[in-house]
Amino acid sequence: MTLGELRPGERARVLKIGTQGMLRQRILDMGITPSVEVKLVKVAPLGDPLELTLRGYQLSLRKSDAALIEVEKM
Amino acid sequence: MPITIALAGNPNSGKTTVFNALTGSRQHVGNWPGVTVDKKEGQYCKDKNLTILDLPGTYSLSPYSAEELITRNYIVEERPACIIDVVDGTSLERNLYLALQIMETGTPTVLAVNMMDEVAAKGDVIDFARLEAELGVAVVPMEARNNKGLDQLMEAVNRTIGQNRRPRQLEIYSLAGKVDEDTLADRRYSYIQALVDTCVQSKKNQAVHGESLSDKLDKVLTHRFFALPVFALVMYALFAMTFSENFLFISGLPSPGIALATLVETLWGGLTRVVSTFLENAGAADWAYSLVVDGVLEGIGAIFGFLPLILVLYLLMSFLEDSGYMARVAFVMDRIFRRFGLSGRSFIPLLMGFGCSVPAIMATRTLDSEKDRRITTLLCGFMPCGAKLPIFIMFVSVFFAEGNKTLVLFFLYALSLSVSILVSLIINHIAYRGQVSNFLMELPHYRLPTLRSVWIHGYEKVKGFVQKAGTVILAATILIWLLSNFNMHSFTGENRLERGTLLAEMDDSFLASVGKAAAPVFKPAGFGAWKPTVGIATGWVAKEMVVVTLAQLYSEDVGEEYLEQYFASMDAAALKDLGFSDGIYSPAEAFDIYTEAVLMEGGDEHALLSIHADISTKQAALAYMAFNLLCMPCFAAVGAMKRELKSWRRTASAVGIQMATAYLVAVLINLVGSLF
Repeated sequence: MTLGELRPGERARVLKIGTQGMLRQRILDMGITPSVEVKLVKVAPLGDPLELTLRGYQLSLRKSDAALIEVEKM
Repeated sequence: MPITIALAGNPNSGKTTVFNALTGSRQHVGNWPGVTVDKKEGQYCKDKNLTILDLPGTYSLSPYSAEELITRNYIVEERPACIIDVVDGTSLERNLYLALQIMETGTPTVLAVNMMDEVAAKGDVIDFARLEAELGVAVVPMEARNNKGLDQLMEAVNRTIGQNRRPRQLEIYSLAGKVDEDTLADRRYSYIQALVDTCVQSKKNQAVHGESLSDKLDKVLTHRFFALPVFALVMYALFAMTFSENFLFISGLPSPGIALATLVETLWGGLTRVVSTFLENAGAADWAYSLVVDGVLEGIGAIFGFLPLILVLYLLMSFLEDSGYMARVAFVMDRIFRRFGLSGRSFIPLLMGFGCSVPAIMATRTLDSEKDRRITTLLCGFMPCGAKLPIFIMFVSVFFAEGNKTLVLFFLYALSLSVSILVSLIINHIAYRGQVSNFLMELPHYRLPTLRSVWIHGYEKVKGFVQKAGTVILAATILIWLLSNFNMHSFTGENRLERGTLLAEMDDSFLASVGKAAAPVFKPAGFGAWKPTVGIATGWVAKEMVVVTLAQLYSEDVGEEYLEQYFASMDAAALKDLGFSDGIYSPAEAFDIYTEAVLMEGGDEHALLSIHADISTKQAALAYMAFNLLCMPCFAAVGAMKRELKSWRRTASAVGIQMATAYLVAVLINLVGSLF
């Protein structure tokens, strides 16, 4: 499944980042690396973007970007 | 020999607070070549030989954004004597990622672990000695917002420079270039995770500790149902505190922004009167008098008049920024604005544009990306600011007296928004096609900003406006003064012979000649006559000047007789209300009062009858309003644009787009209107 399919409150482990180039580098730099554990905290009031907790901080990212990240639910 | 120390760190790590605390008021804001990013430098307040450079806040050194490129190139190419990397102690794991990349360059580094008060409140204990030994750099705990740890930090910096202490070469540094980017990022983060595990003792059990205040606040501020109402309320408060004339719904109570602006205007008006009386008594030539009073003082007054609005808006903005709410604004509004190729944060400058474009344009600095800053700056000029309103009101009352006036105003507001959206989409499509979404963004903890940091932001903004925009505004105002008060006869001496003065009447001035030459251009828009054309040009000094200029140019319609008749039916109370001293009609005051209190308020439907000869149809009137709405904003706003866009070329192309858009829309309105 992808990060975009998680529901609020669910945790998952990142498996693969399915994009290339600048966006991939940015995703990695922000700490979404293979094997990291993330938790989906909430979805913004208008349905997008998402708020994640990982590595002790809160990150927001768009659903379209989250759909590129493969995860396994924990 | 001055030594440069660079400050680096993640956004929201408190880097700017550290910078302000170290340099005090000895700051200089310049710009990095080619981009809209501030370059802030300052002298360390306890040692003038140390220059401190505030690098842009970044999450990594990957060449991802303008900010990251600047930071990377500076560190690699300029080789500062020492880098202070400010890290947020409450989220070491992410903050140390940048630290690792900085230390990998081999530049002497000191790690400033900031926000120790929050670390303690969280219940974490950091083993600084261990961190120092592992990384091979000095590690200093601090609370920059409470001015704690600054001296220790600078001692560590001096020691590091003195010993030329370079960071320990970790094994992980040798991986760069040998493995792919995934593995590299993963290895760096794994290393950091292990490091943090050994160096930080944390009470991880949130159950015991409960939710932090920040978490609770966030539950409300980004709540599914409450988020938007709260957001609307915050935006209303922001707007009302800056621009409202009936603050807190109390009629006649000015908001802090308006109260200060009125005060500045009154003081400046007083000074202008003193100077003009002095010049009259001294027997100054009328051109000198006019240059000083109508050119220089008017121009400087225009600059000063905006300062209170900029100050108040920016104090409030930096409060929102420092408190962490601004990131939530983007979070909540992103969905809507992304469709238009902008970020949620663009909402604030655009909203402020309804009050005044100058502080609105200054507010674009808080946007995250270069692209958003540039586009939003341009769009601010399309907003129906308070000074454009008198133009609309006068035209609506003169041309749409029997029609639905509200509908016309609504049309203009809707036009402003739809044109903005369209232009943004087009620019995105043409100039920024295929740019990566930049919405991977930290949502920082909520914090109560310190008064000091909020004040420094506001003050810096005001100072920057005067320094960077001031000359543009003054020069442009004087140029328009020159054009509207002189003609060739001023220089041949004919004016002096015939009229006893060097100056020319406006309808015989250079500006009139330029207007006559340019007028045919506006034929397709329906107002191709020279008087409306000149009106547009004086509108660049200040938009409401369009009304004043038109009244001056159609002066046969506002002759003494007409004014006397117009005011004749009014009683003393009404006259006094309009501004006649003692409620008595006086021809000397009549023209100014007529333009300001009657024309601008839409009080006279039969005003300027001969304007109908130049603008003969309703669609032409609408086109004229639309042109003034969308064309180049006032010089003050252009000055602000120059300050934000940081280059003449970019400013000129933004103004070019505004003019072209205004022209196209005006022609379109006139064409479509004439079909009915």
